[in-house]
Order: sequence, then C-alpha cells, then structure tokens
Amino acid sequence: MSATIPAPPPPKKVNRIGLDVLPYKGSKTTLCAGCGHNSISERIVEVFYELGIEPWKVAKMSGIGCSSKTPAYFLSQAHGFNSVHGRAPAVSTGALLANKDLIGIVVTGDGDTASIGIGQFIHMLRRNVPLIYIIENNGVYGLTKGQFSATADVGSTQKSGVVNQLTPIDCCLLGIELGATLVARSFSGDKKQLSTILKTCLSHRGLCVVDVISPCVTFNDHVGSTKSYTYVKEHEVPLQDLSYVPYYEEIHVELEEGEAREVTLHDGSLLRLKKLGREYDPTDKLAAIQALHQAEKAQEVLTGILYLEQGRDTLIDMLGLCDEPLASLGEDRLRPSREALEMIMEELR
Amino acid sequence: MSTIDVSPVASQVGGESAYRIVNDFSIQVATVNGSGSQTANNVLMRSIFQMGVPVSGKNLFPSNIAGLPTWFTIRANRHGWIARKKEIDFLVAMNPETAREDVMKLEEGSAVVYDEPLKLNELRGDLHFYPVPFDKLVAPVCPEPKLRKLVRNMIYDGVVAHLLSIDLEEMRKALFKQFGPKKVKAAELNWNAVLAGRQFAMDHLRKTDPFVIERMDKTAGKIIIDGNSAAALGCIFAGCTVVTWYPITPSSSLVETMIGYLKRLRHDKKTGKATYAVVQAEDELAAIGMVIGASWAGARAMTSTSGPGISLMAEFVGLGYYAEVPAVIFDVQRVGPSTGLPTRTMQGDILSNAFLSHGDTKHPLFFPSSPAECFQMAQDAFDFAERFQTPVFVNTDLDLGMNNWMADPFEYPTKPFDRGKVLSKEDLDRLGGFSRYKDVDGDGVAYRTLPGTPHPAAAYFTRGSGHNEKAAYSEREDDYVNNVDRLARKFETMRRYVPKPEVDINPKARIGIICCGTSRWACEESRDQLLREYGIETSYLRLKAFPFTEELSQFIDQHDRVYVVEQNRDAQLLCLMRLECSPERIAKLRSIRYYGGMPLDARTVTDELVAKEGL
Ligand SMILES: Cc1ncc(C[n+]2csc(CCOP(=O)(O)OP(=O)(O)O)c2C)c(N)n1
Ligand code: SF4
Ligand SMILES: [Mg+2]
Repeated sequence: MSATIPAPPPPKKVNRIGLDVLPYKGSKTTLCAGCGHNSISERIVEVFYELGIEPWKVAKMSGIGCSSKTPAYFLSQAHGFNSVHGRAPAVSTGALLANKDLIGIVVTGDGDTASIGIGQFIHMLRRNVPLIYIIENNGVYGLTKGQFSATADVGSTQKSGVVNQLTPIDCCLLGIELGATLVARSFSGDKKQLSTILKTCLSHRGLCVVDVISPCVTFNDHVGSTKSYTYVKEHEVPLQDLSYVPYYEEIHVELEEGEAREVTLHDGSLLRLKKLGREYDPTDKLAAIQALHQAEKAQEVLTGILYLEQGRDTLIDMLGLCDEPLASLGEDRLRPSREALEMIMEELR
Repeated sequence: MSTIDVSPVASQVGGESAYRIVNDFSIQVATVNGSGSQTANNVLMRSIFQMGVPVSGKNLFPSNIAGLPTWFTIRANRHGWIARKKEIDFLVAMNPETAREDVMKLEEGSAVVYDEPLKLNELRGDLHFYPVPFDKLVAPVCPEPKLRKLVRNMIYDGVVAHLLSIDLEEMRKALFKQFGPKKVKAAELNWNAVLAGRQFAMDHLRKTDPFVIERMDKTAGKIIIDGNSAAALGCIFAGCTVVTWYPITPSSSLVETMIGYLKRLRHDKKTGKATYAVVQAEDELAAIGMVIGASWAGARAMTSTSGPGISLMAEFVGLGYYAEVPAVIFDVQRVGPSTGLPTRTMQGDILSNAFLSHGDTKHPLFFPSSPAECFQMAQDAFDFAERFQTPVFVNTDLDLGMNNWMADPFEYPTKPFDRGKVLSKEDLDRLGGFSRYKDVDGDGVAYRTLPGTPHPAAAYFTRGSGHNEKAAYSEREDDYVNNVDRLARKFETMRRYVPKPEVDINPKARIGIICCGTSRWACEESRDQLLREYGIETSYLRLKAFPFTEELSQFIDQHDRVYVVEQNRDAQLLCLMRLECSPERIAKLRSIRYYGGMPLDARTVTDELVAKEGL
C-alpha cells in the first residue's frame, strides 16, 4: 500500500457549549416518509443544538401514538419516557415535581391529547406546569390507522369518504382559556416559524402549548381532509413574522415604528413579532379567543404566537418548593428529628 | 355476651345488680351523622383509655354528610382484646330512627341510655333503662340554640361517666385534649354539658346494670391513633417528597393528615420553603401517573386511594412493572365500586392488587395490621419500591385506616433510606456507561440513572414492555422473554426482603390459623376462645407481605389443617396461597371468610372454625 498523508479531518462544527449535532439527534425515525412529525423532530434537533442546551438537562416525555414515538428520534443524550396513551401530562407533571430543573418537552398527538387525554390536558393547563407541550396535530389516529381524532374539522373526510360531523376541539383555545401561558400554532412545513416558536418556548417560564399541524401522509393527506399539506398551505394565515435573539447574543434593535412588538422573555432573550396584515396583540386573552373563533368560521388556520402571558406562577411556585430539586434531597433534609416524632407521640397519648 | 367477672348470679333487671362486669363490655352510641357526636364519642373512648383500660373504637358510618344513622362502638377489655365485639352491652340510643331496632337487637341484661321522649323502656322488660331528658338538660348549659344539637351529645358522656364510674377528671382531660389549646371556650361549653349530664344521672338514675370501668395500668405509654395518620407519619419519616391523591373514603384522611404534618415538619427552617409537593390530582389515573413520573425522576413518591381508584391505576401500574419505576400505593380497602357500602371495610383488593394491569404483571403487597405497622411499613414500602424499582401496594382497610386504635408509640427509624441501584455521574465516569435492563448482580435488579444526571451516557429511553437490555426499542421474542424472565427473578429476590410473617407455633396444635392485616385482632382473640371454650390448641401465622416466604410452607407442613381467615367472599388470600403452594399443602388449606362490611370479630371466626372441625 502506498503511503498517503491523510487529509486533516474538517473541523467539527460545534455549538456554544462545544457539542456537535450528534447528541441532539436520536435514533433513526421509523415513521412514514413525509410524515409531518419527522419535520418537527428535525426542528427540535436544530433548535436545541443551536441554543446550546445541555441534552442531559432535558426530559423528553410522550404518550402513545406515532407522534409520541418521536422523542426517540431526537436528543439521544436526554432521558425519555414513552408513557401511556393520553397520560403524558401526569407523568411529565410528576417528573417536574421531582426535578424542577429539568427542561420538560412533551410530544403528543391530537388523539393522545384531545381524545383520550383531554382530561389530563385540561388539568395540566390549570396548573401551568412548566413544560413545552407539543401537539403533533394530524386530525387522525395515525398509529391505529386513520380514525378521526377529536381535532378533526366538521366536514373533513377520511380516505374512505366518511365525513366528520362532530365539533372539533381546538387545543389552543383551551390552552388560552384554561391557563397555558404561551400558546402557539404552527405548521410542520413552516421551518422558520416553528423553530422560532420552539426557541421562544425554551425562554419562557410556564406552560407552553404548541399545536403543530402535522399532516399524516398515509391516512389524512387526501383531498377533502383539512389537515393535508395542500389544505394547510392554502389556508394558513400567519399572524406575525417572528424573530428571536437569544439572551447570550448582543441585541441590536432597529425597530420600524409601529411595525413590530418586542418582548423580553423570562431568560432575557428577545422575541420580535412583526405584524403581517391584521393587528394582533398576543397578550390580549379575549382578542386571541375571538380571533380563533373568527378564523374557524373563515376556514383559516391562524399560526404564530397566539397568546403570551409572562410572570404568572407555575405549579412549582404555587407549591413553594425549595431551591434544590426534591429528587436530590437527602435524608438530613427529609427525615424529621427524633424529637419531632416524640412530640407527636406525646400529643397522641 | 360479655364474660362475667364475679360469680355468675342471674341478672336482676330493675333491682340493684348483684354482680359487676368490670372492664369487659362494649358501649354503642347510636346517632345521626352530621350531629357532631364524634367528639363526644372520642372523649368517652379516651377517658376509658386514660384510666388504663385497653379500649378500641369502631365508627360505623354511612356514605352521607348528614341525616343517616351512625353507630360508634367502644369496647373496653381488660385482657387487651381490641377486635370488634358483636354484642352490644351498653347502648346510648340518640337516634329516634333506629332506636327501636337497636333496642330489640340487644341481649338480655344490656343497658340503655335513651332520650326520654322515645319511651324505649316500653319495648322490653329484660334490659336496664336510663331515660335522660336531653333537650331539657341542654337548654340551660347552651344558650345558643344553634349549638345545642352538638352540645347535646356531651350530655351522654356525663351520664355514661356516672353510670360506668368513669373518673370525671380523666374525662375533663380527654375533653380539653380533644378540643386543643385553641378552642378552650368551646371546650368549656361542652364540659358544662358533661357536668349537667352527670348531675342529672346522680340525682335521678339508679344504677341497676353490672357494667363498670375500673382503673388499670394497661395503657401506660400507649397512644391513640388511626391507621391513616400512622401511615401518613410513616411516609413523612420515610422522606416521601411527592404525594398525589384524589379524595376517596376511606383513604382521604391519610393525605389530609399528612398535609397537616408536612406543614409542620417539612418546611425549610431558613427559607420556609417546602421539601415536598402535594398535588390533588383530577383523578386516580393522573395521581398514579404523577407518582410514576416523579419516581422515574428520582423522588420518593406515593399516592393513596381505595378500590375504585386502584381500577383506574391499572395501566400505569403495569407500566411501572415493565418499565421498572418505583411507586408506593396505599390501598385503604373498602367494599366494592360505585355507591352502596363504600364506608364499610373489606380485604377485597388482595387479588386485584397482586396482579393489577395486563401481561405478566405481579406486584408486592404489604399487609399492616396496626398503626405501628402502618408507620413501619410505609417506610419499608419506599425502600422496597426503590430497591426493586417497582410499584408496591400497602393494603390497609377502612377499619385500620379510619378507626381509632390504641397503639404502641412509634419507634424512631434508625435505618438509612435504601435508594436502590442508582448510578451517579461519578459512577458513570468510572463505568463509562451502563445497560438499563441488564442483570449485572444476578438478583434480577438492574441499575438505573435519573434524568438530569450530567453525563453523556446517563440517558436511557423508558417505554413499556418492548425493550432490550440497553433500553432500545425491541419487539424481538428473545428480548421480551429475557426481560420478563429477569423480572420473575427479581420477584424471587423480593422474597428475601419482604417483612417476614409473625409466627406463633404451638407444639401441641394440629390446627393452624393464617390471616393478614386487620383480621389479626379477631384471630388472636378467637385462639383464646377456642382454647378456653373448646380446648382447641392452635398455631398462628400472620402474613405481612406478598410474595410469601418459606415460613408459610413450613407452617403448613407443621399442621394437619390450616384455616385461612380473611374478610372477603371469595377467599382471595387463600387463592394467592394456592398459586404459590404445592398440591399437598393446598390440600390442607381451609377457608374462613367474613364479608358483611363490619370489622371482623372473634366470635365469627371461632364459630366457623368449630363448625368446620365438626365440633
Ligand atoms: C388505553 C389505550 N387505548 C388505545 C390505544 C391504541 N392507540 C395507540 S395510538 C392511538 C391513537 C394515537 O393518535 P394520535 O395521538 O393522534 O397520534 P398519531 O399516531 O396520530 O401521531 C391509539 C388509539 C392505546 N395505546 N392505549
Ligand atoms: S401513519 Fe401517519 S402519523 Fe403515523 S407515521 Fe405514518 S404518516 Fe405519520
Ligand atoms: Mg394524530
């Protein structure tokens, strides 16, 4: 063999904490090619890599469904829990109670959240559990082969021609109404918007509900479906042009008067919302609810940051938890003294 | 009938009694729920306890807030038998709705204190009747008409204290203790009612019944507590950090009491912040989901419920089994689903807990029989759940959980927490990595890591039944079988760690008695009855946990016939034993069951065993 001088390997691209993209990736997806869920996983990989989040700080939670499988496809160096159909809210709430320092990201489906899990979803909203709760919304149960879920629109058809007649549940409306503090809707095909929303969520403190229309190419991408790529592209109405500057970067602001609103997020990052067409104030709860109702009537899919409320107490605040995660407390902090037990015994004598 | 203390002379109803029955009888107070009689009943029970006489109290109450009949039974027993006694010796008839029936059920020679207008004395001529004009007595001591309904009850305490010779000073102490230092005014009002009742009794009632309380020294140092409170304290001293629950009788008071003690014991002195989280979940399904999530992330987490809640937890408990996540579940057992007898006791969830969920699931169960064991086993359960990374059930019942028990004071735990096989960052630095579901030590228990561990090799992916040793997704036959075989090995290892049964071998006995939980009290007393009344010698084994240990097999081998006593219709404990015993041993097993919803009493066990023995 002739000796060749090996070319030096190209310098690895790394993020601000010195990690390359590999730990942000997961195992190979087993979902259908073209499934919207895959694009969402890709956005998660990009965003966590780009912001330089330590993977080990993250807990990836899910219920059951094609969508709920996806935590296996990103952040291989984060603990993951593919739990029980419809019950990711409870498991995630428990995990955050045990360790409030975890970055909880929950990925569920519309069946998982709006059908079997609607009860848990609603109560998680009320508790403002600090989680990023992503609903990969395709209007059907993918994993059980295409039955309607509770988010299917009236008039939307199944492949077989069956028409949905039941009122759909809008998880964003519920989110706004019942206590989520960041509510957004996006489309799996809109890379920039979805990434910016995810980054915003990572800077927010409180419960983020992100409903992402994510077409199921196998069971719900046909003509007649209101969750197909074509339908969503034709009916999507983005509310804002969003941009985000992380707290660790220098912030240059050049505002054109009246055109954009800027919000400093919990961790100091900056969210910039540039209006597109109509006026929209995401801090106005009533206006947000009204806009969603009007959009439904007009058969529009409103996307963007629908609602944002900062500074409200999360479940962790309401419980007055100590600074260290409960899971890391030792016996010295947890077992009351001998005297304490003796005093109680004395009271019971 | 109560046993008679002095030479048995025929009862002389209506005249002075020629004999006395000392510290061995039962008192029943029949009231309407919502009438506030609980305080009066507790004061009465506590007064007897303070006089050194062993005592137990059983509250038989309806699933209702106000207006339905309630009975509180106090048993004083100088021998220390504290099981329920079926026969009532001394009735306080405060409920017009049930008074007639209550009186008709009494055995000859019993005593009845009753509200004068009810004219119960007309019903029978073989009882000792004491009419008391409650309304007339309450008006002068309680000027506020709204409070009279409550204060009225204290009058019977005064009457009964006089009739039974209960030391008035002890009753005063008991009453002020019951009200606590913050409610001295209310205590005084109630105390005046006691005095009015006593004065009336002294002036107008001539004692004709034989029942008397006399001072003893058998309760020194003991405490009075219900099992739910004891379990709550056990959880706190076990370092429980996450508590989730959904209210259900008879388990609610476990968490409610715990919240009270947590506020007192588990706030950081400096910051005032909590070292615990309590969440009232939207249902039991969410409650167990939170426990699973919290335990997965490293907390000591528990939930408390009763049968209907257990049903809702089924899938999660199965997930906990397969994914190997610790969980501590208290099941304060009651009768059946829906409405009906939810406020009656039962050992009815033994089988459903042991095999809850689907697939090849099975779970360890602990069976506390007393408040002290509730306290201890709560701690054992957390150690066990973390050591074996699996859900653990603590099966108590309404009788233990909600009734007041005379108990030994709790011992301060000296054993350090057993947090099980958890790898830290430093461990991972040393090892380089780990396989989540690999049996490294040969005991079936693999190592786990907690989310948030700052190491690139710490993470693993948790899912249900389909995974290989490395926690990777797998639907392969061999991976599945390997894993469930290891889980079976883990279950075998548990046998070495579960609390061992209490065994009392009587070398003369051919007959053995086995029970678990609260059946203990009736069985212990029944053994005494069998020996004294029938000359039957018995041995005794009380199971404290499932899976069973070799002591059980040995015990069966040492006896000809073994009676399994339990509080359900279908012999659930015996069924569980059948699954683990050889045919020879199974052939020796006999069943004694009681399932009427009341706490088990000794006479029921004795009668049934004697009948089965053909005596
Ligand atoms: C208790 C229970 N009931 C039913 C199922 C079957 N099941 C699995 S996934 C699923 C629906 C998933 O739909 P969705 O959440 O919308 O996810 P998608 O597959 O569409 O991404 C159902 C009904 C189950 N796993 N568990
Ligand atoms: S069935 Fe639908 S939802 Fe499931 S992976 Fe395929 S495309 Fe995606
Ligand atoms: Mg779906």
